[in-house]
Amino acid sequence: MIRLQTAPIDLAELVAATRGNGDGAVSLFLGTVRDVNAGRRVLHLEYEAYGGMAEREMERIAGEAISRFGVARVSIVHRTGRLTIGEASVAIAVASAHRAAAMEACTWVIDTLKTAVPIWKREHFEGGAVWVE
Amino acid sequence: MTVRVLYFASLKERAGASAESVEVEETADVAALWKAMQEKHPGLREMTTRPLAACDMAYASWDRPLRGVTEVAFLPPVSGG
Repeated sequence: MIRLQTAPIDLAELVAATRGNGDGAVSLFLGTVRDVNAGRRVLHLEYEAYGGMAEREMERIAGEAISRFGVARVSIVHRTGRLTIGEASVAIAVASAHRAAAMEACTWVIDTLKTAVPIWKREHFEGGAVWVE
Repeated sequence: MTVRVLYFASLKERAGASAESVEVEETADVAALWKAMQEKHPGLREMTTRPLAACDMAYASWDRPLRGVTEVAFLPPVSGG
C-alpha cells in the first residue's frame, strides 16, 4: 500500500494490507508530531506534497527496499494537510519471513523517504509559521 | 513550446504562484527555465542556492533539455516524515 492521504492512518488496515501468511515479522515505523522543535513550542504542523511524484518516489523506495533487503512487502502512507500534536504523519510497514530484514528495511525506508520524497512540513508555533527545509 | 511550471512550499510563496504555463525555446534546459523564472518573479532572485528540479515527476539535472517535457517542478529541500 502506497498512499498520500489527509485522513488519519488506520494501522490495522496498514498491517493487514502488508502482511502475508509467509511472513513471521511485520516491522512498523510511525513518525509522530511532537510539541517542541528547536526549542520552540509547536502548535501544529501542515504537510504539503507534490501529488503524483510523491507516490512515485514512495513506490520506487518500496521496490528498492524489497530488492535490497529481500523482504516480502513494504507499505508507506504519508499524510498531508493539518496535523495536531501526537498524530502520525507517516507510517511504514515492512513484512518479511524473519524480523532482522524487516527491521533493517524499515529503517532504510524512513531514512530514504526523508531525503527523496517531495513532501514539505510547515511548522506553526506561537507567533508564526515556517517551512522546514 | 509550452511547459507547466510548478512551485512548492517556500518556493510557492517566493514565486507568488503554485503553477503557471510558460513559453520556452525548443532548445532550453532546466537551468534556462529557472533563470527565466527568476527574472519574472523577484522573490525567486533572493535565493542563494538552486532548488531541486523535477521533469514530469522525476528528479532532473540542471542541464536536462526541456524538449518533450510537459511539467517542470521546482522543489525546496524536502522535509517529509
